[in-house]
Amino acid sequence: MERADLVVIGGGPAGLAAAVRAKEKGVDRVLLLERNPVLGGILNQCIHDGFGVLRFGSAMSGPEYAARFIQMARDAGVETVTGAMVVELSPDKKVTYITPQGLFEVQAKAVILSTGCRERTRGALAVPGNRPAGVYTAGVVQYLMNMRNIAFGKNVVIMGSGDIGLIMARRMTLEGARVHCVLEKLPFCSGLPRNVRQCLEDFDIPLCLAETVKEIHGDDHITHVITAKVDEKGRFIPGSERTIPCDVLVLSVGLIPENELAKACGIEMDPVTGGALVDGDLMTSVPGVFSCGNGLHVHDLVDLVSEEGERAAEHAAAYLKGAANKPMVPVTVSGGIRYVLPRQLTAGEDGYLSMRVMLPGRDQKLTVTAGGKTLVSKKMKRVMPSEMIRLKVKDVPACEQVEVSLV
Amino acid sequence: MTNYDVLIVGGGSVGCAIAYALSRYDLKVAVAEKELDVGMGTSGRNSGVVHAGFNNRPGSLMAKLCVEGNEGFEALCKMLDIPYKRTGKLIVGYDEADHQALIKLKEQGEKNGVKGLEIIDGAAIRAIEPDLPASWAMLSRNTAVFNPFLYSIHLAEASAQNGVQYYLNSPVTAVEATEEGYRVQAGDHVLTCRTLINSAGLFADKVSAMAGDPSFTIYPCRGEYYLLDKGTLKMPVYPVPRPGVGGLGVHLTVTVDGNILIGPSADYIDNHEDYSTTEPILDQLRREAMILLPTLNMRTVIGTYAGVRPKLVKKGEANFGDFVIERSPKAKHLINLIGIESPGITASMPIARMVLDILSEDTELVEKPDFVPTYRGIPPFAELSRAEQRALIEQDPDYGDVVCRCETVTRAQVKRALHNPIGATGVIAVKNRTRSTMGRCNGGYCFQRIVELLLSEGKSPQDIDLKRRGDRPLLGYVKGGQA
Ligand SMILES: Cc1cc2nc3c(=O)[nH]c(=O)nc-3n(C[C@H](O)[C@H](O)[C@H](O)COP(=O)(O)OP(=O)(O)OC[C@H]3O[C@@H](n4cnc5c(N)ncnc54)[C@H](O)[C@@H]3O)c2cc1C
Ligand SMILES: Cc1cc2nc3c(=O)[nH]c(=O)nc-3n(C[C@H](O)[C@H](O)[C@H](O)COP(=O)(O)OP(=O)(O)OC[C@H]3O[C@@H](n4cnc5c(N)ncnc54)[C@H](O)[C@@H]3O)c2cc1C
Repeated sequence: MERADLVVIGGGPAGLAAAVRAKEKGVDRVLLLERNPVLGGILNQCIHDGFGVLRFGSAMSGPEYAARFIQMARDAGVETVTGAMVVELSPDKKVTYITPQGLFEVQAKAVILSTGCRERTRGALAVPGNRPAGVYTAGVVQYLMNMRNIAFGKNVVIMGSGDIGLIMARRMTLEGARVHCVLEKLPFCSGLPRNVRQCLEDFDIPLCLAETVKEIHGDDHITHVITAKVDEKGRFIPGSERTIPCDVLVLSVGLIPENELAKACGIEMDPVTGGALVDGDLMTSVPGVFSCGNGLHVHDLVDLVSEEGERAAEHAAAYLKGAANKPMVPVTVSGGIRYVLPRQLTAGEDGYLSMRVMLPGRDQKLTVTAGGKTLVSKKMKRVMPSEMIRLKVKDVPACEQVEVSLV
Repeated sequence: MTNYDVLIVGGGSVGCAIAYALSRYDLKVAVAEKELDVGMGTSGRNSGVVHAGFNNRPGSLMAKLCVEGNEGFEALCKMLDIPYKRTGKLIVGYDEADHQALIKLKEQGEKNGVKGLEIIDGAAIRAIEPDLPASWAMLSRNTAVFNPFLYSIHLAEASAQNGVQYYLNSPVTAVEATEEGYRVQAGDHVLTCRTLINSAGLFADKVSAMAGDPSFTIYPCRGEYYLLDKGTLKMPVYPVPRPGVGGLGVHLTVTVDGNILIGPSADYIDNHEDYSTTEPILDQLRREAMILLPTLNMRTVIGTYAGVRPKLVKKGEANFGDFVIERSPKAKHLINLIGIESPGITASMPIARMVLDILSEDTELVEKPDFVPTYRGIPPFAELSRAEQRALIEQDPDYGDVVCRCETVTRAQVKRALHNPIGATGVIAVKNRTRSTMGRCNGGYCFQRIVELLLSEGKSPQDIDLKRRGDRPLLGYVKGGQA
């Protein structure tokens, strides 16, 4: 059987950054497997700008950002196979993949999962009505429009205020469609404020909060939707219905980490993030298998995805060198935090925490404490569920637990 | 104009079963179907259960044909490569009254000739399905599940292989009596036939009226469903039938692929093809399902759908309407199939045999020497062993190109589905043959790949159909743009 020191599954920004860093850290044979014919992941269909501001100090398009990493991977000597669908990962780190050339197995010493995420769909939300043609997720519209020049319709309603939907509202407007509104069931937007400004406000597209689609109509092709306002509990408010004619309904109702391989391998999952449970080294419950990027938890900035991929690679490299197990300190949360990741930090090293809040808020204080001692304290002028919060905890002390709180 | 001995109106499970049964004989046979594929009506919108036959009134045609259908179903599925699983089924109750009702049901079943029925208690129930709270159940060992899409499709493709002609996208809109039979307008085609077999399901009354027999009316009665991701349920779970409640009651079913269904409801509607699901009914389904299985995880919902029963009894009328399978008393070249509701698919082969008997009254049935009874569908790549998968890729590299990630469907399979023997088109034809777009991502991954394949074969975006000719999922190209 073929062997590799490290197999990276998924060649999006997380996997590319991981593979490059692993080579830099001296890992011998790094094999990157990507099911698409090209590397770059979702970035290839993101032709708008705004990628790389944190990392490269310039706002690039998705393909430009990807191109830099693809070049780095080439230069670093990462072996890549595209058109390679990984169909199985075994607990002893045997990776099975399929390409038009055949079905292959490779025995890895370590594995990094960077499989990205998928979109939630209308089906999953089960909006009543019938199922006419013309209902799509934003990612499908983004792909077919940007990669294949396909046009979708002239009257658009967008359900859900996720970033891809906001970006497609602008894109479809630029293609001559009328985007009637973006509907969001929650009382706040789930996309980034920057996208609300640049994609909706600049084009006079209304963002309708606490309102969602109640029924979808049309015999063959969609003709209209009936929307309604919802109360705090998400129940429809009778009498608030509106009929909006449309020939396309675009869903942008969230992303879910893609983890079928991990689940089938028996890796423990976190029901809140939808990704694997990882320790301070981004290692999953299966020793030597690491996870990063949107497959671990959904990110909003690609720059942070790349960084997480690099950290996963550093820990994988250390694992391959047989670094001694370091003690882990559990992380607990209180206050309005929906999740924190990882749920353990490595004692004696710098720790990196990612977290999201449940509700928008102002003038709050984020603190990290250990045994009564404050490690980090940060004033948060504004927090939004759409914006991931990142914190570095310097030199995590060996202690019983680290507490994160936002009040 | 094209002349046939027999023209079947409606490519549902029943029409296709009749076509398959007829394709054994030296006859010119055609099927006219108004949709872009077979099995798009009630036959693709049901529970997918091979019923055992204990629910039907003793002495009825339904009871007789259901029991016969159940007995032959497994062999038929093997012959035609239709996914089938004998799961068994539980009909559950909670108190002594239910217990007595179950005993009655078992007696009724045995009267109908159903085998493999057994009353079991709570402990025995939980040995089968640990999370069911019921206290009593009737276990029916011979109940099974199958893939209802492939049922119609493989019957159709097998019969096409034996010479039956399929006219898809061809609604029958006018039927004119001639001396020898009928002249029929079916979409763009004018077809003549000596015998017209009306297997138009929900529209059987309209077709019969066109052919000169307006003596009955079909009342549409809708059943709504939830479709859930694959789960751990092993067999269908039904409630004890309660008097006065139509249908078999809201139940849980496993599909042959392991997905869970909740439904169906039973509500009379006005429009025969209104397949909408509605909030109050979905709400009711959720509640009733939770009684059957309180641990059910509604977060695994993939979608909703509805099917419509072609009822012969009006809303509010006494509850039983039997199958009607007869030469029309008003039109001698017309054979009518009326009110073929549940268990219509289970019974479809015996129904076809009955139709053959009626046909043989005035038509000679001579067996063809070259009839091929078996049919192989598209290989279900995901279910094959690694060695078999490897062998397929070696044969055709397109088997190494995965188009649908949730169900692991390959480009080779999608291509075969697009070039099926009956000429079905549309993304749905691929979906129903391969499971592509049916997985948990609802086509988020594969829809665009199927579209790309169609474009690469020369289709224009505006000519691609989703579920119906001309439903236009795609408008065309963006301004100034072509591929
Ligand atoms: C539809 C969509 C649109 C988006 N648009 C934007 C945007 O406009 N702006 C923005 O900032 N962010 C956007 N995002 C967020 C974006 O995903 C992240 O910024 C970033 O691309 C995530 O990187 P990743 O490497 O974790 O995942 P991805 O970029 O998704 O890469 C994962 C890669 O893994 C591969 N893969 C998965 N499973 C397998 C397998 N079994 N075998 C082989 N290969 C596999 C996939 O093909 C993919 O190439 C979008 C996300 C989605 C889903
Ligand atoms: C909710 C529900 C659940 C059920 N569950 C089960 C079950 O678990 N097991 C079981 O055995 N049975 C079940 N049934 C019953 C079963 O689905 C039906 O009995 C069976 O599908 C009937 O098949 P058919 O071919 O007669 O009708 P259909 O499948 O409706 O076929 C009729 C065809 O005729 C076509 N047609 C109509 N008018 C015209 C025209 N003018 N010109 C050309 N074509 C036309 C239609 O498009 C359609 O394809 C269920 C039914 C329902 C509604």
